[in-house]
Amino acid sequence: MKKVFLYSYILWMIIFIVIPIILVGYFAFTQSENGVVFFTLENFRRVFEFVYIKVLLRSINLALICTLICFLIGYPVAYIMADKNFHFSSTLLFLFLVPMWMNMLLRTYAWLTILEKNGIINSCLALLGFSKINLLYTNQTIVLGMVYNFLPFMILPIHTSLKKINYSAIEAAQDLGADSFTTFRKIIFPLSLPAVCSGITMVFMPAVTTFIVPNLLGGGKFMLIGNLIEQQFLRIADWHFGCAVSLILMAVIFFAAIIFSFVDTDDEGGNLF
Amino acid sequence: MKAIKKIYLALVFLFLYAPIAVLIFFSFNASRTRGHWGGFTLRWYRELFNDPEILRALYNTLSVALFSSFISVLIGTVAAICIFNLRSVVKNIVLHITKIPLANPDIVTGVSLMILYVFVFHFFKFGNFGYWTLLLSHIAFNVPYVIFSVLPRLQHLNSNIFEAALDLGASPSYALRKIILPEIMPAVLTGFLLAFTLSIDDFVVSFFTSGSGVNNLSILIYSMARRGINPKINALSSLMFLCVIVLLYLVNKRDIVFSKLENNQGDNENEI
Repeated sequence: MKKVFLYSYILWMIIFIVIPIILVGYFAFTQSENGVVFFTLENFRRVFEFVYIKVLLRSINLALICTLICFLIGYPVAYIMADKNFHFSSTLLFLFLVPMWMNMLLRTYAWLTILEKNGIINSCLALLGFSKINLLYTNQTIVLGMVYNFLPFMILPIHTSLKKINYSAIEAAQDLGADSFTTFRKIIFPLSLPAVCSGITMVFMPAVTTFIVPNLLGGGKFMLIGNLIEQQFLRIADWHFGCAVSLILMAVIFFAAIIFSFVDTDDEGGNLF
Repeated sequence: MKAIKKIYLALVFLFLYAPIAVLIFFSFNASRTRGHWGGFTLRWYRELFNDPEILRALYNTLSVALFSSFISVLIGTVAAICIFNLRSVVKNIVLHITKIPLANPDIVTGVSLMILYVFVFHFFKFGNFGYWTLLLSHIAFNVPYVIFSVLPRLQHLNSNIFEAALDLGASPSYALRKIILPEIMPAVLTGFLLAFTLSIDDFVVSFFTSGSGVNNLSILIYSMARRGINPKINALSSLMFLCVIVLLYLVNKRDIVFSKLENNQGDNENEI
């Protein structure tokens, strides 16, 4: 009886996980001409053309900047909220979760109202007598949209790990004469490092693949790798090339995941320092 | 120092909530144009409930979220129990394959499922994109999340109680129902909530697998974004925001009450 359930799950897994990936691989390594399908590496050669490499590098670059900013903003937030003398931390944590339940597209779209030429920021600037500035449709706008969407993914894991730190370790450091900065550098930060790594992965992965943010806030002017894939499938209908780009993207993600999993599985966390 | 911390937190929250505030504010705007204030009105809230397109999308979003999380909890829980009882080599293979969708970018999941459907339609010369493909895709990406929230709970389970039940004459299925299921129930509920949240918030996978006739809210909003978002959508999301706040508040309050109760019980036990 149990075997029946097990085999049905394995069948489900093969249909919905294995076969789709095999199909992506199949399309990535083939081309079809006049109904004849043949094996080729042409799609991958095209991915490494200058235009597309630029798109890939730009995506990785923007995602890295976004991850860095999320870390710089998020770590202090998590740190402040994890302080045991801080009373509102559960309420604040709750307030961090609320926006994630709102539609992401809508929240991103609302930034247009704030940033556009006659938007809120520019109106305020005009009231103060400054000239209007162009805030929309730049790389910075895209990074802002990414940081806005993915910041909670950085804060939550770091906050959880900071909360779990055994307070005696901190007290011991203080007893041994460490000032608060040394305590942070030698005790708190190393202990939270695995969480920082999982935060980095959780921000970097969606950031590098998003196509909503550049579409809405980049005005379609800035193509990232997500846009490239969407375009190949829904506008140009070149599945072979789209699949090749998808495979490359998967490779980037898995590469990043492997790098961070080394640090993540390391329970001590402090060995690196 | 304390003041700096507070100001810093306030700034971060301003950043997180500014767009939501703008959204709610402009849902009361009499003018149709974005960013232009034309006076206070409740018109959009009234018209919202007479708009078949939006109501249809809302219905699709909610029903897909509900059905997909329910079905994926069924599949995921059964699968987790089966995987848990496997021997190590097969178990590792199955676990690693199940992990792929968690690491895979949304867009690749969406695209690969779309190719799968097209392939199946082409092969059987039957079927088309629609509500069913949307639902199936949501189940497909939810199942791994359920499995990985149930499995840790199973691993922490004391295997002796299951064997004790068998020794006392329970059949394996009876023991499963009476011992294992109640024990893993919290994890199953977590899996359900996780699946529901992921499904209701999903855009990318839905976008690639829903076909042209069927919209959920995300797809509708995306298609509206080019020609300007209808203020009715702002009204709808303000209402949804209110629901989420109330719901999360209630859940939170219940948790606090429960943890207090548990603490009290713990204290009493200590006294005894």
